[in-house]
Amino acid sequence: MTMDTPAQDRDAIRDAARKFVRERAPVAHFRALRDAGDALGYSRDLWREMAGLGFAGMTLPERFGGGGMGVAEQGAVLEELGRNLVPTPSLAAALGAGALAIGGADDITSAILPRVCAGESVVALAHEEGHRFAPYVVATSAVREGDGFVLRGEKSFVIDGQGADALVVAARTSGAAGQREGITLFLVTSGTPGVSTQRLDLVDSRNVARVRLDSVRVRDRDRVGRLDGGADVLDAVVVRGTAVLAAEMLGGQQEVFDRTIGYLKTRKQFGVYIGSFQALKHRAAWMFCELALTRSVVLEALQAIDAGRRDAGALASAAKARASETYLLVANEGVQMHGGIGVTDELDIGLYLKRARVAGETLGGAAYHVDRFASLEGY
Amino acid sequence: MESRADEFRAGVRLWLEQSCPASMRAPAGDAEDGVWGGTKSPPVDPDARTWLDRMAARGWTAPSWPREYGGGGLSDAEARILREEMRQLGCRPPLKSLGLWMLGPALLGYGTEEQKREHLPKITRGEVRWCQGYSEPEAGSDLASLRTRAVLDGDAYVVNGRKMWTSHAHLADWMFCLVRTDPDAPKHQGVSFLLVDMSSPGVAVRPIRLISGASPFCETTFDDVRVPARNLVGEPNRGWEVAKVVLEHERALISDMRDQRSSEGDALQDLARAYGVVGDAVLRDRIARLNLDLLAYRLTVARAREVSGGRPGPETSVLKLYGTEVSKRRHELMISIAGYRGLGWSGESFSASELSRTRAWLRSRASSIEGGSSEIQLNIIAKRVLGLPD
Repeated sequence: MTMDTPAQDRDAIRDAARKFVRERAPVAHFRALRDAGDALGYSRDLWREMAGLGFAGMTLPERFGGGGMGVAEQGAVLEELGRNLVPTPSLAAALGAGALAIGGADDITSAILPRVCAGESVVALAHEEGHRFAPYVVATSAVREGDGFVLRGEKSFVIDGQGADALVVAARTSGAAGQREGITLFLVTSGTPGVSTQRLDLVDSRNVARVRLDSVRVRDRDRVGRLDGGADVLDAVVVRGTAVLAAEMLGGQQEVFDRTIGYLKTRKQFGVYIGSFQALKHRAAWMFCELALTRSVVLEALQAIDAGRRDAGALASAAKARASETYLLVANEGVQMHGGIGVTDELDIGLYLKRARVAGETLGGAAYHVDRFASLEGY
Repeated sequence: MESRADEFRAGVRLWLEQSCPASMRAPAGDAEDGVWGGTKSPPVDPDARTWLDRMAARGWTAPSWPREYGGGGLSDAEARILREEMRQLGCRPPLKSLGLWMLGPALLGYGTEEQKREHLPKITRGEVRWCQGYSEPEAGSDLASLRTRAVLDGDAYVVNGRKMWTSHAHLADWMFCLVRTDPDAPKHQGVSFLLVDMSSPGVAVRPIRLISGASPFCETTFDDVRVPARNLVGEPNRGWEVAKVVLEHERALISDMRDQRSSEGDALQDLARAYGVVGDAVLRDRIARLNLDLLAYRLTVARAREVSGGRPGPETSVLKLYGTEVSKRRHELMISIAGYRGLGWSGESFSASELSRTRAWLRSRASSIEGGSSEIQLNIIAKRVLGLPD
């Protein structure tokens, strides 16, 4: 349980993030990394600077140099980053480092997490194996050998996996792929023999990697969480990651919407502003409604998680389902309403459309989360 | 140490527990059920009468109105606590009334001292029922083109014309309405806001039968009706300003009623279970998406209340629009879930709840038309919230 941060503190954090992004990382920053084909897809220097403002370890415990704050604060920061498409390993901090903070052995966490909070180290979560999100479909095996385990398998979609200093790997110690029980998490530092990483080149140019584990040896004390009970840790960080990703997507769709409304007010055709056409007005007004509703669910999900409420999981799924659908709606409409210029690489709108697609699928698309929402509600 | 708010809350809870009759703590059947007051439709249920009188004596039928006009004089924070405690105990609203929801706020903002003292206390006690006279046969969505004329003749206005969709005019004692007082002015100017006693000579009311079979709306005609000039609210020819305040409250209200109605009704998944179709993948998907949107909508209503402090602005158009559209989807889905059993009009072959669901579906079609159609709400959002050009 985290301390409840007063709303004015959250506003101060949001303002700090907004100011930093405006000055140091407008969309041009992301565009430059993309055009340069940057190996990481994000800037380590910028991340260290952000760590100096407390953004790298904001939800990690204070004894490791973190901020000890809730996801509501992290969501506020991610919303600002999302508005400007700032690429950072924030999701790794929520997922990988978050898992380590919950279930890692004390001497290991106290060695690694301070470096994560300082922006010097990235710990990613390596759990997915298929081509769509399915958290318990883990076939990677962990076979006991001596005082440790040997891991064999392949991870298909490791967020911020390229260049990560360590991975929290989900492996099966019992049961079969698809079962919740029998998953165990292990910390694997990069450079361990048998680990090979290959960056995926995705439409949004963010850092996602495929990781092969070829007879990778880990010690028993590298275990994160209980033997066979790794899903407890996995569920906790996935719910948190889902909600903060929804917050990032909220920021992105708000920005596309604002830019599109701005365009409707300045672009003239037939001698009048195109925003005077009812065909566009009504669609813009509908988007405004959909955005308002998405914002309500995202904010509620973040608060529910911080308050430890029982409906937090259902709300996180509701938030991600809506955020995925409305981001895509707003991005598609943004492209369409910009007309020809909307499909050019020069205009930023296309970058948001690409991010909408990837973020929408990451940690489960709308279909997954609608289904999960219904299941959690008992039908 | 107990804060003042906690103390207030404890006092409210204690009083509600002692004062709200048990039968008034169960949800009412339909959003249009309940006590609407007035001389033509007084409460028939003695518990409802008691509950109304007790609440009115405290001024809590209009919690935030000033005490001298029959209100409770509560701050926004206190009024919220009262609302929360009533919800907690499941207390029904003691009184439903256009006077409380729509005319009251307009009179508090624009009425003379005499008008406030004459009308507001009777509204809070449920003694007088009000109806709204806005739309006309030729003035629907284009409300400002209304043509009902009011001509000053000595100390009275002489009113001639026809009002449409006057909800429950046959049960109302008074009407607040828009009349044209200057036919030469641009259409938004030259309109005045007038209070009319429905028992005045020359007023005739005819209920209109709807597709649901019910007649909640009426047509009201005025034939040389004399209305005292002191019944004009605000400045002559400046009635549009007053009307806008009323309309914003109406939108908040319509969306609020959808909100209550949906939280009172059966959960769709339970209905699907009862009809044996919860395993139907397509229906389950539609139910889940609808529940998700309803959840998002309710959270938005709560957030809007927090942000606006209870004063509706153009943003209420978002709630009116979404609230009615999602409610229509909900009613349609209920009919789909019930299959043939959702199609009965009357008779023993269908259960009472099946028949009322069918009628409610038909009634729900009007929700996105009354109080400004969905298309009008979209126009308002585009213009007044997003600032898109004309």
